[in-house]
Amino acid sequence: MAGRDHDGNHDDDHDHGLSGMALKVKALESLLIDKGYVDPAALDRFIETYEKNIGPRNGAKVVARAWRDPAYKTWLLEDATAAIASLGFTGRQGEHMVALENTEAVHNMVVCTLCSCYPWPVLGLPPVWYKSAPYRSRTVIDPRGVLAEFGVILPESTAIRLWDSTAEIRYLVIPLKPRNSDHLSEDRLAALVTRDSMIGTGLALPADSLS
Amino acid sequence: MNGVHDMGGMTAFGPVSPEPDEPRFHSPWEARVLALSLAMGATDRWNIDATRHARETLPPAQYLSLSYYQVRLDGLIKQLLANGLIDEAELQSGKASKASAPITPLKAADVDKVLARGTPYARPSPAPARFRLGQQVRARNIHVSGHTRLPRYVRGRIGEIVRVHGAFVFPDSNAHGRGEDPRWLYTVAFTTAELWGKNDNAVVNLDLWEPYLETP
Repeated sequence: MAGRDHDGNHDDDHDHGLSGMALKVKALESLLIDKGYVDPAALDRFIETYEKNIGPRNGAKVVARAWRDPAYKTWLLEDATAAIASLGFTGRQGEHMVALENTEAVHNMVVCTLCSCYPWPVLGLPPVWYKSAPYRSRTVIDPRGVLAEFGVILPESTAIRLWDSTAEIRYLVIPLKPRNSDHLSEDRLAALVTRDSMIGTGLALPADSLS
Repeated sequence: MNGVHDMGGMTAFGPVSPEPDEPRFHSPWEARVLALSLAMGATDRWNIDATRHARETLPPAQYLSLSYYQVRLDGLIKQLLANGLIDEAELQSGKASKASAPITPLKAADVDKVLARGTPYARPSPAPARFRLGQQVRARNIHVSGHTRLPRYVRGRIGEIVRVHGAFVFPDSNAHGRGEDPRWLYTVAFTTAELWGKNDNAVVNLDLWEPYLETP
């Protein structure tokens, strides 16, 4: 897929009616409704769910709980699917979860070189860069170079573990807990957990970044 | 199949460009494509392995030039045609002109349930595991003609079993309607020294099925 993934298909719906892509999709949707294969209300429900209910704030809750509760963290590292399900996050593209703990010594980072496998129940839909050719191709051969493009520079002494999602196992990174954050509540801690920190292309925000 | 989708290790695509505050969708049609593919997937006419294969067998130049949602759309159209659910004339006209296949469409009220359930791929083990934790294995140097999840960049390379997951549906079979054929799934760790001839204190872990592996 093209590096600049969404270039070339920006719709100009407001300029001169529907774009070619929008028309093509609309025609297919009309046909599938006409054939009786899809219910338009179900289509709306899928979109609403991924726009409003399923996103990286789910994963942030998992991470914040693991930071606060050592027993939960142990469970998460041993049986991530069950530990994550206990917070209500299950299902499509998260059927078989594994959690990976970042430490000073080890930094985990997730990629899918063959397509764009991603843990939807905890992180939502993947961003364009995750699905793009530059990330899919270079991460496994030049992880430190790719991290630098996200502004993350790790010491040479930090080992990098990459996880290429080639099967139906989905990976969630538990980022390193920020310094001086022990006094924060679970909700406040969750606010420090960015999407990228749970993919491994970023770090959690510093504790003093909370307003 | 050795296709362009198998991108691991290529370096010609330029830098990664993260987009600050990226929206969920860049255009409304992207959301419709997602919903259409999920709704059709829920009718169980095909499985995720067949879907991946439909996308990765798009013409290579087309695959590389399309966005993610364009690939998703073209893959869906390919599957609808291949499974006889629509024909070319209907695709052109946007109107049904032939009898429909007997499909009960997914209802809005069932969407949350379907998503929360997902499609688990773990299966009972058909035989004892051939490899054990800590064992050295070599990814086989094989080049299957159909769908596979063994990337080119590890073939012939030696790694270590770091996780044993149990038996899982085998994509090489499932993508082609040959049944689930569950096989043991392992996570295998390869050093970057082994893969790329450099020592940058990194390892690459892949989830690989038993038929992809051999004793070195």
